[in-house]
Amino acid sequence: MSETTLSVPSGGGPTQISSISEAVIRIAGNSQDGIQAIGGFLARLAGRSEQEVMTFMTIPSTISGGPSIFQVRIGSGEVLSAGDEADVLLAFYQHSYEGHVQSVKKGGIILFDSDHVEVNPEWQQTWRHVGVPISSLTVESIGGTARDKGKNLFALGLVAKMFDLNVLKLTKLITERFAGKDESIVKNALLAFNAAYGYSMEGILETFQFVEGKKREGQQVVMNGNESLGYGLIAAGVRFGAGYPITPWSDIMELLRRELPKYGGSFIQCEDEIAAVSMALGAGYAGRVAVTGSSGPGVSLKTEAIGWAVMAEIPLVVVDVQRGGPSTGMPTNVEQSDLNIACFGGHGDSPRVVLAPANVEDCFYTAIEAVNIARDYSVPVILLTDQAIATRIEAFEEPDIEKVCQDISPDLTPVLDHKPYDLSAPNGVTRHVAPGTRIQSGKYPIVTGLEHDELGHPTGSPKLHTQMTAKRRSKLQALAARLPLPKVFGPAEGNVLLVGWGSTQGPVREAVEKARAGGDSVSSLHLKYINPLPNGLETIFSGFNHILVVEINDEGLYGFGQLAALLRARYADPKIRAINKCDGLTFKVREILEGVRVKLAATSPAPLLASNPAAASA
Amino acid sequence: MTSTILEPLLPPVRVAASPLADADRKPLAKKEVAADHPTWCPGCGDFSVLALYFKLIEKRKLWHEKITTIAGIGCSSRFPYFVQSHGAHFIHGRALPFASGVSLSRPDLHVFVFGGDGDAFSIGGNHFTHTARRNVKMTYVVMDNFVYGLTKKQTSPTSPIGFKSKTDMWGSLDQPINPMKQAIAAGATFVARTTHTNPNHVLQMMEAAMDHDGFGFIECLSECVEFYEGAFDAANPRKGGAFNQVPADHDPTDEFAAYKLADEAFPGRFGIFYKVQRATKNANEAKITKKTQEKFLGQADWQILKKTFDRLK
Ligand SMILES: Cc1ncc(C[n+]2csc(CCOP(=O)(O)OP(=O)(O)O)c2C)c(N)n1
Ligand code: SF4
Ligand SMILES: [Mg+2]
Repeated sequence: MSETTLSVPSGGGPTQISSISEAVIRIAGNSQDGIQAIGGFLARLAGRSEQEVMTFMTIPSTISGGPSIFQVRIGSGEVLSAGDEADVLLAFYQHSYEGHVQSVKKGGIILFDSDHVEVNPEWQQTWRHVGVPISSLTVESIGGTARDKGKNLFALGLVAKMFDLNVLKLTKLITERFAGKDESIVKNALLAFNAAYGYSMEGILETFQFVEGKKREGQQVVMNGNESLGYGLIAAGVRFGAGYPITPWSDIMELLRRELPKYGGSFIQCEDEIAAVSMALGAGYAGRVAVTGSSGPGVSLKTEAIGWAVMAEIPLVVVDVQRGGPSTGMPTNVEQSDLNIACFGGHGDSPRVVLAPANVEDCFYTAIEAVNIARDYSVPVILLTDQAIATRIEAFEEPDIEKVCQDISPDLTPVLDHKPYDLSAPNGVTRHVAPGTRIQSGKYPIVTGLEHDELGHPTGSPKLHTQMTAKRRSKLQALAARLPLPKVFGPAEGNVLLVGWGSTQGPVREAVEKARAGGDSVSSLHLKYINPLPNGLETIFSGFNHILVVEINDEGLYGFGQLAALLRARYADPKIRAINKCDGLTFKVREILEGVRVKLAATSPAPLLASNPAAASA
Repeated sequence: MTSTILEPLLPPVRVAASPLADADRKPLAKKEVAADHPTWCPGCGDFSVLALYFKLIEKRKLWHEKITTIAGIGCSSRFPYFVQSHGAHFIHGRALPFASGVSLSRPDLHVFVFGGDGDAFSIGGNHFTHTARRNVKMTYVVMDNFVYGLTKKQTSPTSPIGFKSKTDMWGSLDQPINPMKQAIAAGATFVARTTHTNPNHVLQMMEAAMDHDGFGFIECLSECVEFYEGAFDAANPRKGGAFNQVPADHDPTDEFAAYKLADEAFPGRFGIFYKVQRATKNANEAKITKKTQEKFLGQADWQILKKTFDRLK
């Protein structure tokens, strides 16, 4: 929270009102308490107000629930990350209290369920403790069924009170959320919410009010990255998909299974990931780009078929929601360690396209872009997202749906003749004619994984293998020439350029702002087009002394993360170095700044970073 | 909007042809459907399966563009190159899910899949089971030669015990798969068996499989003269064997009777072992789609999506 300091104890007297521009609230409990639901309500409310919002959550890896957290950062200005440290912790249990107290900034507020939490007197020096008997008050408010289901709504009521949130809007959201369910559910939810909102915290805690945000033009939509990506695929015209469940990809397949029939399409749950990619390729061959997806282990299984798609030049979109690897790894944690398999997974020379959206909104548009590139270049496109983008909720401006929705039904107009692998095609770009198309010459094409001639018939010709390999490569070089160069965040020249990709965009930019505020020359560049890279990055790099690639993966055998290694191979520039971590968590702003300090210290006798990273997150 | 995206390219303009109307077309003769000359060894059983596929296309007045010929990898899986139709030569063992993608997204096409015993029951075993139980509409002919042909004589999942191969020099040890039993147990709705030395019967089975509304599976014994010569002499009357048809009184809807029939010692029976009517995956999916779409009648796709987004505000 800024503009007010929470460490001043408010003492007795009437409730004070403090004005704030943003707040980071962490809710900790067990997953069956509906922690995610509170977060969802807060995010949606912010989206309907003039606030920016970003969330971060952990999904428990056990089925029966277990500890779960949801962190929401609401701000009147631009919110770039979910926040390094929380202003408020709402702790349901002793383990939530003990496990998360350290994530709260000194002087922050610990709001705890006094029915379950015993306060550690030592910690009372550092944090403001506010106890409310959440469990018993919930039971009481709903009518003494002795079950504390609805605790989450009670907690929401407390937060609403504390931050003077719009109760009318929240009530509406709650009613909408439970609409269509048993009437008593809505009633109980509102009873719990209202009881908490009416609970007097007078003299214990002041009220915090968000300063007015910037008026926004359009309407905001609120969703997580998996949803955004799924709807993007629908807008792009994808009507067929196939997959096999795996966290955190499953949400996308469940969404498509539910939604696609509305548009005349369908999504098939397959026996395994190999079947899924094969089925999607069959549908793509049949004339309309289809989607498959998975997370690490499943993507490994798809690699042979992706190689076939490169060889046969069949369009395909493969979503990889990255999680901690290798093998089963850390299924519910974030990592950016599938870049190599996305770019290079498979045998042979098999150039393909890899795109990485930077945030929830970007998931929507990048999905459309992926479909279009797959069609335009007859190539598999891998959409690399990760657990952090997949599960976090953001509000963004509603897309112009009518404008972005596209029809990509196959064209079955009869043709005179057709060569699927025409070597004289501009830039070597193949455009297949779908089955069902009559070809007057009577010569029908075969799409194939064997090296082939222009009609798709097998060949062992050294010349043709050379020509066809070049064809498959040069079409992506043609694509690279069309890709827009990313814009530098901050000045286009300076000392340090941080390079990021995927979900780290927010914290990287926040790190740039903090560093610049401290007088350091730091800018950043975010890459969405991972493979091929757009032409001209070297010009941007030439404006900086240090290029530091920030990514959530290991520094590898040679000291560079996966993107850093790719960039070094591409630009042969020794000033490209890496800032890595792989603890399964998103980057904190502080960690990035610390990484910069360490890297610079290793190359320069004098510290080049004036500001103190440790203080930067305050 | 904070994201800028690459504009899609304009698709190439198609020079539209104006071919004959279907009513004026003649059934396709062999020379119009034959493509590359097959690369099979002279005498390979697969030739007769190909010849009968041509016959089927002619007899049933199937047009080039309406058939899709799909295969995995193997000698037998080279099939698509030899046929003038839209075709796909996919990867080893995965032809069925690929064909399912075609079938489920394009109900206007006849989907034919050809392959070998290794492709079907070893690397593709999982897909065989699941495509059968889903009952995806297609015709699948497994050219079973009891051996791996393309990779030159390794044991196949249908090799009989004792068969000497390069990987079982002392004779094959593992219990072979019985394709009829496998298919019935998996929930296939059309299960038939034939052999390349009886062309009329092969054609008859192909027609019946094609007419079946669902997953039509045929095991066609097809001799590999190179690596398993004489394997099917016992089923060939010209070589002193016996071509024993499924008894006339066999009830093909009786699962147990079909299973029992599949238990007969080699060379076993030929004909339709099992045939039942069960809703296809295609029909089941179409039903869900139709029912869902009824709620959105008259709405453009973007309007449907807009409504969803309205709920996410
Ligand atoms: C993933 C993979 N593994 C192995 C191979 C090598 N391979 C090609 S065909 C084949 C077996 C073919 O046997 P079958 O399916 O019975 O066909 P046939 O040649 O006998 O007609 C094998 C092992 C391959 N192409 N791909
Ligand atoms: S190796 Fe056997 S299966 Fe392959 S073509 Fe020759 S005879 Fe036919
Ligand atoms: Mg074989």
